[in-house]
Amino acid sequence: MPAGKKGKLIKIDDYRWAIPKTYKQGMRVPGLIFADEKMLAHIEEEQALEQVANVAFLPGIVGYSLAMPDIHWGYGFPIGGVAATQVRDGVISPGGVGFDINCGVRLLRTNLTVDEVKPRIEELISDLFTNIPSGLGSEGKIKLTSKQLDKLMLKGAAWAVESGYGEPEDLEYTEERGCLQGADPAKVSVKAKNRGMPQPGTLGSGNHFLEIQVVEEIYNLEIAHAFGVEVKEQILLLIHTGSRGLGHQVCDDYLKTMGAAVKKYGIELPDRQLACAPIKSPEGQAYLAAMACAANYAWANRQCITHWARESFSRVLSKKRSSLGMGLIYDVAHNIAKIEKHYIEGKNLTVCVHRKGATRAFPPKHPDLPRAYRKAGQPVLIPGDMGRYSYIAVGTDRAMEETFGSTCHGAGRLQSRSAAKRSIRGADIADELTAKGITFQVASIASLAEEASAVYKDVAEVVHITEAAGISPRVAKTRPIGVIKG
Amino acid sequence: MTRFDIIDHTADAGIVAYGNDLREAFANAAYGMFSLVAELNGIGEGSCHEVNVEATDQEALLVAWLNELLYLFDVERVIFHRFDIIELENNRLQAKAYGEKIDKSRHLLKTEVKAATYHSLKIEKENGFRIQVILDM
Repeated sequence: MPAGKKGKLIKIDDYRWAIPKTYKQGMRVPGLIFADEKMLAHIEEEQALEQVANVAFLPGIVGYSLAMPDIHWGYGFPIGGVAATQVRDGVISPGGVGFDINCGVRLLRTNLTVDEVKPRIEELISDLFTNIPSGLGSEGKIKLTSKQLDKLMLKGAAWAVESGYGEPEDLEYTEERGCLQGADPAKVSVKAKNRGMPQPGTLGSGNHFLEIQVVEEIYNLEIAHAFGVEVKEQILLLIHTGSRGLGHQVCDDYLKTMGAAVKKYGIELPDRQLACAPIKSPEGQAYLAAMACAANYAWANRQCITHWARESFSRVLSKKRSSLGMGLIYDVAHNIAKIEKHYIEGKNLTVCVHRKGATRAFPPKHPDLPRAYRKAGQPVLIPGDMGRYSYIAVGTDRAMEETFGSTCHGAGRLQSRSAAKRSIRGADIADELTAKGITFQVASIASLAEEASAVYKDVAEVVHITEAAGISPRVAKTRPIGVIKG
Repeated sequence: MTRFDIIDHTADAGIVAYGNDLREAFANAAYGMFSLVAELNGIGEGSCHEVNVEATDQEALLVAWLNELLYLFDVERVIFHRFDIIELENNRLQAKAYGEKIDKSRHLLKTEVKAATYHSLKIEKENGFRIQVILDM
């Protein structure tokens, strides 16, 4: 299949496919998709390729409009899309970040092995489920005043640590130390604040979850050890959530602002959801300041949940926090726009990297990495679906050169939610998880079918491609033994 | 007459809503959206909220209307299932939304809808109105 089903793809190598600029009039750069032939067949069935081409219309875009192998049809940007726009004359697009601003994952290590945890897993999952508010319409344990919320949005994860949720060391192992600079609460609407005040420290619903995992395989011992992943059978804890209603509202508010900005600045776009404004314009700057508030909210959110997870482990296993060894391995955002410096086509450029369902994957020696990871590179956290497995990978120089230091973020959906509901029953998935020895508590059994293994790509295939393409090799593989889900 | 259909979209879900007039189609789109959020049979009407939204055009008005209801769901914690659209112009909508405060002991909540998007947004006039919107789930 050298030219793809519709003749629009050019094969570069087994894992790289280009969409030429000639594919669609108005593309400023070509598209580049990381996939193998098998995956491509599925990608071509939906509108994801069209969306990669549409992103290439954004003024100031440099290099390629990129798609990671977990790409699927999104709205505006594809999920798994990465685009860098020059700060000098480029645009910022809220649709390139998405509604769940700084949706992301964080991974905690433990000193525990599966043998110590398995006998108490039912109790542990039940305690976590009670201790961490989750599910649709659930109220948080923390209620903030408007002033307190402003502080949270300015400080991010540090706000949580200062308020007693977690430890200063956690910040060292969080992307951006859990606080994106430039946050300005005055740029966040009252409505967004109203949504944010009762929700810090809530897991939410949909695909958000907390998972107790077991290390199943280690591919690179040296790097795994640097990350605190020591042995097979070690217990880890994964938290996946974002900025909740506050982030959704910020995105919605600024899509309206950008809708007007597109007309004001005479920007032509093939999809309204790509609405954008020049980064240097008042609209662009206001969005960046509001987005930083929402990103900081998400980091504070994951930080509070981390604290309660430690509490539950400590309580159920009757162990002191210090002997549990539940330090943070890392926390990464996978829906975000960041101002970064990259070397592109022979030039050092300051760009705004939009990562919509994509993870930062910085290489060894990068100054933004925690000191302890300077030799290894940045941990990349790639959750799979509930019933299968997840991966820890690591950033590389090649990712820095080719993908603005980015890689995939998860398995990527294969099947729509409604198709999943037609063919799969929540109760059957419950039986399947039980048969696999996975203990779980969910707020809504009905939503279980939407997150079943069968509706996702096999994350092993996704990670195989990012490794083979040289952008983020695998470090370790984990499998779930306990899940709580909204 | 079918009020709405759910259409497939890999990551998300779409709603196609129908109506003899635009007001009915907008109300049915809202009903379709809340049918994804919760089981609507048996929800009372004890809470009534007035909704006023403005937008630059009719399509943006549809997005604004649905997102305003999601905002109220989040903040007021009300599951809406009846919508009385009082006024609907090109860029202005006034309505009353009826529903009941969330009571987890009686209500079956389903999935979170994050927002209505502008992607593949359509308002078509054919034997009445047919409107389409993709939701971020």
